Amino acid sequence: MIIDSSESSLKAFLQTLPRVDEVGVNARAAMLATRSIKTTSKAWAIDTAISMVDLTTLEGADTPGKVRAICAKAVRPDATDLSVPSVGAVCVYNDMVHIARTTLDQIGGKAIPVAAVATAFPSGRASFAVKAQDTKDAINAGAAEIDMVIDRGAFLSGRYGEVFDEIVKIKELCGDKAHLKVILETGELVTLDNVRKASYLAMLAGADFIKTSTGKVAPAATAPVVLVMLEAVRDYFAMTKFRIGVKPAGGIRNTKDAIKQLVLVNEVAGPEWLTPQLFRIGASALLNDLLLQRMKMRDGYYASPSYVTLD
Amino acid sequence: MNPFEYAPALESTSIVTIADRYKLFINGKFVAPRSGKYFPTINPATGKKLSEIAEANSADVDLAVKAAREAYVKVWSKLSAAERGKYLFRIARILQERAREFAVLETLDNGKPIRESRDTDIPLVAAHFFYHAGWADKLKYAGLGDQPKPHGVVGQIIPWNFPMLMLAWKVAPALATGNTVVLKPAETTSLTALLFAEVCQQAGLPNGVVNIVTGAGATGAALVNHPGIDKIAFTGSTDVGKLIATSIAGTKKNATLELGGKAANIIYDDAAIDEAVEGIVNGIFFNQGHVCCAGSRLLVQENVQDEVLAKLKVRMSHIRLGNPLDKNTDIGAINSAAQLAKIKELSAAGEAEGAERWSPPCDLPAAGFWFAPTIFTGVSQTHRIAREEIFGPVLSVLTFRTPQEAIEKANNTPYGLSAGIWSEKGSKILWTASKLRAGVIWANTFNKFDPASPFGGYKESGWGREGGRHGLAAYLKAGK
Repeated sequence: MIIDSSESSLKAFLQTLPRVDEVGVNARAAMLATRSIKTTSKAWAIDTAISMVDLTTLEGADTPGKVRAICAKAVRPDATDLSVPSVGAVCVYNDMVHIARTTLDQIGGKAIPVAAVATAFPSGRASFAVKAQDTKDAINAGAAEIDMVIDRGAFLSGRYGEVFDEIVKIKELCGDKAHLKVILETGELVTLDNVRKASYLAMLAGADFIKTSTGKVAPAATAPVVLVMLEAVRDYFAMTKFRIGVKPAGGIRNTKDAIKQLVLVNEVAGPEWLTPQLFRIGASALLNDLLLQRMKMRDGYYASPSYVTLD
Repeated sequence: MNPFEYAPALESTSIVTIADRYKLFINGKFVAPRSGKYFPTINPATGKKLSEIAEANSADVDLAVKAAREAYVKVWSKLSAAERGKYLFRIARILQERAREFAVLETLDNGKPIRESRDTDIPLVAAHFFYHAGWADKLKYAGLGDQPKPHGVVGQIIPWNFPMLMLAWKVAPALATGNTVVLKPAETTSLTALLFAEVCQQAGLPNGVVNIVTGAGATGAALVNHPGIDKIAFTGSTDVGKLIATSIAGTKKNATLELGGKAANIIYDDAAIDEAVEGIVNGIFFNQGHVCCAGSRLLVQENVQDEVLAKLKVRMSHIRLGNPLDKNTDIGAINSAAQLAKIKELSAAGEAEGAERWSPPCDLPAAGFWFAPTIFTGVSQTHRIAREEIFGPVLSVLTFRTPQEAIEKANNTPYGLSAGIWSEKGSKILWTASKLRAGVIWANTFNKFDPASPFGGYKESGWGREGGRHGLAAYLKAGK
């Protein structure tokens, strides 16, 4: 046991974590961004990235029609090429979970989990009763993954115990029915020291995944932030023998960026994390660029974006 | 087996043309050596011959020095400072335009990874020319009086570890301050200097302002001992530096010497550990450890030694050694058979003296010269690997208990070129830096270079400074 659940033991533990030197992290991320991924390794990376996409729609304008459309895309991203793998999950708001689940089940996507954003996403500014109900609703509607947000206000004012307790309680509600992804919203935590602290806080409280962002705040999944989170899951594994997953979300829009993420995973956390069980990419536009690059590798020339479906 | 093995991503060599044979560059032209002799230069990553290089004897050196003198007297010293600066700006721009060509040729001849020649060496080369071009007409602000004067003809001898960068460190300030130059590149890495000769022609630099004489130690000795040389600038081993100092004693010649090092990289327990590990790797494995200011002695506080070493070993297992032309290569080839033999000899001595040797699993290519990244733990101050410069990818790990002990151990060396300090506590960094006897001290980083920053050593690491305003003093005489 690394900590008991008291506020003071949490604070003491977080204080023992080494600080992060931002200049050094930026330099390391920039160096890893120069990795040149070609031919066979690029083909592998594109298919792996597709299988890691949490295909997401989180708009006020979401409708059942829109959700059904992305479910179809999730199962068969490229209807003309059935060798393209399905995506990792479909990620929607709480009230769309039922539609997503039933659609996926009807069209051969039983194996694709539905992830629901919960706990008063994206701000997290609601009473715990509301957050708990939000989570229960999503699970009851068939969500197998809960993407909760932490209370950044509590974190920034040093009330780590509150943040911790909320994650613990949501984890209890998830039980064995749903995996828990904890969104740190790193764009609001700002410093890499905070990113490291929040990562440990979430892991200690029972997160199955730590996730960078809601996608509603910029900057989101920058390479330095993901690098620090990958170091956290690597070191947490060395400490506890538990492998926690990482999910960058927001701002990863093209194949090049996705491959850079996989290079980070490979060289920071290690190749054990190169699986959809431990690494996901929250995205919407990314999937089509991956498909276009895949076509380019297959056919030898770039296809018009008209050859991939919108959703 | 890692499913994400990076496929080869080779930089094309089609951009460079390597001649079968290279002559000397004297008075603006390529001329056959009086010696009539040529020697091979090889690609250290394959062991195959790339070309043949002329070996300049004392008659050739004499011609080059005379050409430099004539150019100094008749042309270069008569030119306005602003005009001198224009030539340097022109050279800098051409170097940027031809950066890829220089990077590929450097990697072929030296063995360093293309990532480093492309992202570090050649951009810094251009930066040095741009920086010094700006100084040419502002020398009265160099702190050497209103009218500082050049020495005249400068003899420059450079090493093989950063062939083009060392050329830039030498040639750019010499020309900016109004000197003319006879340069001798290292015998294993002459090709980029000879390509630079083409750049001088392309820039229309007046004949004789830059002369390049290739060859080994005897050529260098002829240059050092030539009576027509006003100043010597040397970068290389401390042994040769001492020879040069001895041979110019009693002459009017000035000298700057940039020699060896055995830098301490000090990791305090309050450091940002992950970034410190990056700094260790960058400090000793950058350029295969062929770096005079390499962080070759790791001084780690004993209470974090286990954590630091565990993380260092994980990090080292991700280092990619192999074809230097592959864009994903982190460690390339050792520059020569002789250097490889020296690294092997000192590493064997480390084992024999009782230090524990470790390298990550690493396949070395069959042809060429290679050495796996290596760390020695349990090293004490008396071990040869803690005292002698290995100049290879070999790190000696020592521990300390208190800041005072770190300082004592760090300074307990005849060298004093560079040092690194890792701590998140600013006051401790400043306290440590003020006590370290080293010319360059990096805090929470390592092996960072900038033309505006002076570089040079204490003690047996050298005389004088290169780069920045301080570096100008080496090429100027103070005057009112």
